[in-house]
Amino acid sequence: MSLNIVVLAKQVPDTRNVGKDAMKEDGTINRSALPAIFNPEDLNALEQALQLKETNPGSKITILTMGPPRAAEIIREALYRGADTGIVLTDRAFAGADTLATSYALSAAIRHIKDFDIIIGGRQAIDGDTAQVGPQVAEKLGLPQVTYAEEVKIENGKATIKRRLESGVETVEAPLPLVVTVNGSATPCRPRNARLLQKYKYAVTPSEKATLAPEKAKLVETREYLNLYEWSAAEVNADPEQIGLAGSPTKVKGIVNVVFQAKESKRIAGKDDAAIEDLVKDLIANHTIG
Amino acid sequence: MADINNLIVYCEYEDGKVADISLELLTKGRSLATKLGVKLEALVLGDKLEGIENQLFPYGADVVYKVEDSRLYPYTSQPHASVVINLFKEIKPQVCLMGASSIGRDLGPRVSSSLHSGLTADCTSLEIGDHTDAKTGKEYHNLLYQIRPAFGGNIVATIVNPDCRPQMATVREGVMKKEIFDANYKGEVINLEPEKYIDPASFVVKIIDRHIEKSKINIKNASIIVAGGYGVGSKENFDLLFQLADTLGAEVGASRAAVDAGFTEHERQIGQTGVTVHPKLYIACGISGQIQHIAGMQDSSIIISINNDPNAPINAIADYVITGDIEDVLPKLIKYYKKNSK
Repeated sequence: MSLNIVVLAKQVPDTRNVGKDAMKEDGTINRSALPAIFNPEDLNALEQALQLKETNPGSKITILTMGPPRAAEIIREALYRGADTGIVLTDRAFAGADTLATSYALSAAIRHIKDFDIIIGGRQAIDGDTAQVGPQVAEKLGLPQVTYAEEVKIENGKATIKRRLESGVETVEAPLPLVVTVNGSATPCRPRNARLLQKYKYAVTPSEKATLAPEKAKLVETREYLNLYEWSAAEVNADPEQIGLAGSPTKVKGIVNVVFQAKESKRIAGKDDAAIEDLVKDLIANHTIG
Repeated sequence: MADINNLIVYCEYEDGKVADISLELLTKGRSLATKLGVKLEALVLGDKLEGIENQLFPYGADVVYKVEDSRLYPYTSQPHASVVINLFKEIKPQVCLMGASSIGRDLGPRVSSSLHSGLTADCTSLEIGDHTDAKTGKEYHNLLYQIRPAFGGNIVATIVNPDCRPQMATVREGVMKKEIFDANYKGEVINLEPEKYIDPASFVVKIIDRHIEKSKINIKNASIIVAGGYGVGSKENFDLLFQLADTLGAEVGASRAAVDAGFTEHERQIGQTGVTVHPKLYIACGISGQIQHIAGMQDSSIIISINNDPNAPINAIADYVITGDIEDVLPKLIKYYKKNSK
């Protein structure tokens, strides 16, 4: 059975590598200094989608991402790995969205896609770590959800999913259509494929196409698979009251930068055996160890 | 106008025992409810709930709602969500707390989406306070301040839900303290009719196999932790940490970078997205000190940092900084401990 698979993905700042140069003088983060990456668990989700495509020939993978126009970068990343097409859901009206307003916008876009059998995303994005968007999209679409997935299989129109929980492992069976969120402990995503890299090098959204040299733009026009989609709030019939700041019940009251209280440390050289032995003796004497 | 509605904690249990995270939330919920001048309520869904209230009352629960139905155990998303949503439409709590567990993080968003109420994940602190909307100037009293690290732990944000109810938040296990409020405290038990709350169409996902493993790793309550970061370099080098831990009677922990690199199990991850620990001794080996890691261990009584980078950020909060290689320093610690302990 061929499947229409939608993969939810997000372009995120690489918060795991906030180095000293990413901090401004006032101690705030210079977000523009952080590289924008494919959210790691969304790559695990993509891999599950690619495996489903292999076991269900004729399946199609559509990447759906909400963000600024440059988020098309991660769609190309996905195409290089085996996805078929992608949509950037982009509109200034989406700005300031919390997870609920984000889920609403994504669910409106998924409705606009119309044909879908399974929606797969990463468990959570590293810039917020909330893990809320997957289940909220499921609720908005009135679909069942399976979170913390490690392995997704589909046979005879039914999904069998292995879940990795804090307390163990669970295998569940679920009907389609369905929303699944995938854990970082699932199989890592395969690397880019050289042939696909050549094929999709000029895959662009309409706004990107407008910046291409005329001969490249012509090339895009002659090859349908190079045309990615860019949808606005109006295009997906999103209710203006439910998107962006207006559609977000949660408000950020304040933000403070984290500054840890520095302690006066005692410095010991790794080669100084006597000092290390003294430290161990001290810890034994004050009953910290032993 | 003051919100007179109550504060409710969704409680998890396994093998007839209420989960620690739920008791921690009741402890926090008790003090928040007192501040708000409202009742603390607990909600338990499942089968064989007889007497479960006796585990909840000592933590200050004024009301225990029970929904007993064999189909509600083990947990599945939609049936539990349907009960919580239907009950909340009826009793309209002003605050709902859930564990940031694999259950709470699955259930919370589904409930909040249905009720269009805000939800803040993984709060590290919850307080009650006032708020003035910057645009409209409208004043709000006694809102729940949902405080959480964001952006990889580099900032701490205070989130409020001014207009939507319930104000929902999840909290990770070990972040709040679990404390008996009054061993003899007694409240009211309300048994809810399952048929009235469960959506019969919600039983679509079937559990066909379930292995619950009691985790053998207990870093949350360890009094000594030897933790490794990306700087440990390999899975093999992590064995050195296990050797030191064995010698000292300690547990082995890890930073997110070390777990991501596959050096050790996810269960050992310490930090904002892992476990929060407060041991009396924390030995950080090859950990640079990303803020999200420090957030989960800064309350350790004594911190030793072993790192070949004398300027590793974690050194700033360490009591002792040993500058050197793990392969060189750890065997020495083992040697001198064996020599001096009797």
